[in-house]
Amino acid sequence: MLKLESRPEQSRLMSIGSPLLALLITVVVGVILFALLGKDPVRGLYVFFVEPLKSVYALTELAVKATPLLLIALGLALCFRSNVWNIGAEGQYVLGAIFASGVAMNADKSTGGWIVILVLAAAVVGGMLWAAIVALLRDRFNANEILVSLMLVYVADQLLSYLVYGPWKDPAGYNFPQTITFLKSTQMPRLFTGFRVNGGVIIALLAVAAFWVLLFRTYAGFQLQVGGLAPAAARYAGFSSRRALWTALLLSGAMAGLAGGLEIAGPLGQLTPYVPAGYGFAAIIVAYVGRLHPVGIVFSSILMSMFYIGGELAQSRLGLPKALTGVFQGLLLFALLACDTLIYYRIRWKAARAPAAKTPVISTEKKVA
Amino acid sequence: MLRLELVNISKQYPAVKANDSVNLKVQPGEIHAVLGENGAGKSTMMKMIYGAVRPDEGEIRWNGQAVNIRNPQEARTLGISMVFQHFSLFDTLTAAENVWLGLDKSLSLAEVTQRMMKVEKEYGLEVDPLRPVHTLSVGERQRVEIVRALMTNPKCLILDEPTSVLTPQAVDKLFVVLRKLAAEGTSILYISHKLDEIRALCTNCTVLRGGKVTGMVDPRTESNAGLSRLMIGAEPPQLQHKQAQLGATVLDVRGLTLPKEDQFGMNLADIRLDVKAGEIVGIAGVSGNGQQELMAALSGEDTRAPADSIRLFGKDISNHSPRRRRKEGLHFVPEERLGRGAVPTLSLAQNTLLTRTEAVRDSGWIATGDVTALAQALIKRFNVKAGGPEAAAKSLSGGNLQKFIVGREIEANPKLLIVSQPTWGVDVGAAAQIRGELLALRDKGCALLVVSEELDELFEICDRMVVIAKGKVSPSVATSAATIEMIGEWMSGLWDRADKSGDAAKETAHA
Repeated sequence: MLKLESRPEQSRLMSIGSPLLALLITVVVGVILFALLGKDPVRGLYVFFVEPLKSVYALTELAVKATPLLLIALGLALCFRSNVWNIGAEGQYVLGAIFASGVAMNADKSTGGWIVILVLAAAVVGGMLWAAIVALLRDRFNANEILVSLMLVYVADQLLSYLVYGPWKDPAGYNFPQTITFLKSTQMPRLFTGFRVNGGVIIALLAVAAFWVLLFRTYAGFQLQVGGLAPAAARYAGFSSRRALWTALLLSGAMAGLAGGLEIAGPLGQLTPYVPAGYGFAAIIVAYVGRLHPVGIVFSSILMSMFYIGGELAQSRLGLPKALTGVFQGLLLFALLACDTLIYYRIRWKAARAPAAKTPVISTEKKVA
Repeated sequence: MLRLELVNISKQYPAVKANDSVNLKVQPGEIHAVLGENGAGKSTMMKMIYGAVRPDEGEIRWNGQAVNIRNPQEARTLGISMVFQHFSLFDTLTAAENVWLGLDKSLSLAEVTQRMMKVEKEYGLEVDPLRPVHTLSVGERQRVEIVRALMTNPKCLILDEPTSVLTPQAVDKLFVVLRKLAAEGTSILYISHKLDEIRALCTNCTVLRGGKVTGMVDPRTESNAGLSRLMIGAEPPQLQHKQAQLGATVLDVRGLTLPKEDQFGMNLADIRLDVKAGEIVGIAGVSGNGQQELMAALSGEDTRAPADSIRLFGKDISNHSPRRRRKEGLHFVPEERLGRGAVPTLSLAQNTLLTRTEAVRDSGWIATGDVTALAQALIKRFNVKAGGPEAAAKSLSGGNLQKFIVGREIEANPKLLIVSQPTWGVDVGAAAQIRGELLALRDKGCALLVVSEELDELFEICDRMVVIAKGKVSPSVATSAATIEMIGEWMSGLWDRADKSGDAAKETAHA
């Protein structure tokens, strides 16, 4: 009989092992999926897990996709650690892109490279503003931040559509719903010629260090996390829950906005209806698979970026729909949630005792008082 | 024939062997005490009898027959009922509805109400069946629990620490009921760590220590010291009392009136209270009479107190945050250790940062070395058994975590220390140590305010006492002039009567 037995304390090994185990399960289910779709599973895995790492070009593309995921997930990790459930990073990302475009559009031939800083600053402000709406409604009217932040994603999408179909449409763009292609001066400098990867990667890695310091070495970060782990302890200590709410939302909004700005000042180079690529939602998974830890998030953002690229490759090489990316993301999250049980419980095989109940017993007994 | 017998019962939990080959023999109509410290295995033993936990080894015999009790329903069918320490009642339902919910549905609500009144009358357990539970006092709620247990005509009734929420007078009433039940043939298993009660009530006693039975004795022929030796392996250390050296008034609460914040809270009404440097003032009272609300207002967790109602060294602090009050010298130990006094998943070192900011630089940078050193020093000075500064708070036993939290506040050299339930759920040795530390702090000139439900504790360490009842606080009385009976009466809110009859005890402390 299979038995789940509570561990005396949570397993450190499993808190790192669980994401790896979840990845393994995802791969196994992926193999079955490929087989059922009539594709060679080995080839399928190759496309997802080897091709994105095969060449220098592939690696730089991996970095291009991982950068926004990493930036957004850092902010979300802080939010989730503070018990603030911002799931609308996608909307804040879109607002970041819109604000960045608003600045970039106004550049002319004489504008210097300094405009990039303005573009990114505008993006940060845009993301923060969108998150501030959530904070304000929660703070003043106790509105649920999960619902408000999620709904604002759709508002942001509509706002984007209005702009690209309306006032911001490129007059010389054959009526396509998109802005002008922004001038080169508004773009982040590329790291290497011939590759799309740009200075955004460096910004993201600096942000990793900054968030690590904030979370683990500053009193402000400590206060935020206590509010998330034990609200009564935060009240007892005198840490303000309102300040935690505003800090967490504004910071995560800023990060999502920055990610949006970097897309405008990088790979995209113009505002189109296809700006919302689901990075804001995927970053939720990235944050959790990375254990809400800045360093862990680096690895999980690379993994998620592989899924994105793998999905695109699967479409062109295997003739499978690109939606496979979403399937793999979902599988990974589900497997992770299941595997996390093993942090608190261990599995034991037990011979059923003669008079024992026929149904398996799931023991949830806590440590004896 | 024995009513209930446990033969070589063992239960292993992942970290600890809660019961190690224990035996228990209960006669019909006997009041049998199960005595032991927190963590001795009493609760596990009772849960196995009640079918909530299954033993790994051994046999449970009921009326001489081996039985396999798989769940509480089966236990109730056999005739075993249990009254838990923490009540399981729905606040918004009436007493009768609560009782009805716990029974099989063969009776209508009206019939249940009828039978409740009969049982209540028979045993003198007055509770109005039609009153919603949230309007009942804690003692009344316990009566509802007991009535519910009696409705099934149990042959064996288990009571887990039933007196921890009762006034001394209510305890006496409960004992009358229990003796009557026993006389009618019901066996009663009485779980407690209070020696006096056991000696007054029980005719037999099984003592547990560390999961093993260390003695089966007749408590009526044993001394407290003898029982205590069986329970903890030693006699509790004696405390040193010195003459109080009173200083200036530190805390001055005048006319604190505060409406309750949540529906089932208690309104505070015109509370007046003062604490001087070098004395310990105790707040006695049955839980749920406004202690929590008063503590929140004093600690700063609730800053709604009207202006000028709370003064520290003559300065109005009623709207200061907890952090500001700590800077001004007011430290507080809450009654919940896990989740309030400490964050369960964080290390002891990180938990020092809740109230101690010496290691935080002006820039907001945390000097982790200093944090660890502080935790290490607290562990050493207060003799905390822990894996080290990096051990998670929840990995400590209740007593050791309490020593750590109390130590964290004492070591901050407060000018006023407010402690809520200093030894709640703490073993005898740790309790004595904590009380000793509080007395030492008082001798150093700190003002202390202690809230406790354990009257013995307050009589042991306090210089003066007040009683809180229904959100009001009584005048203070010097401990030397107070008696258990008088405090017990005050706990029902009846100090005005004593006042009018010209009780000289009042305000003697100021003499």
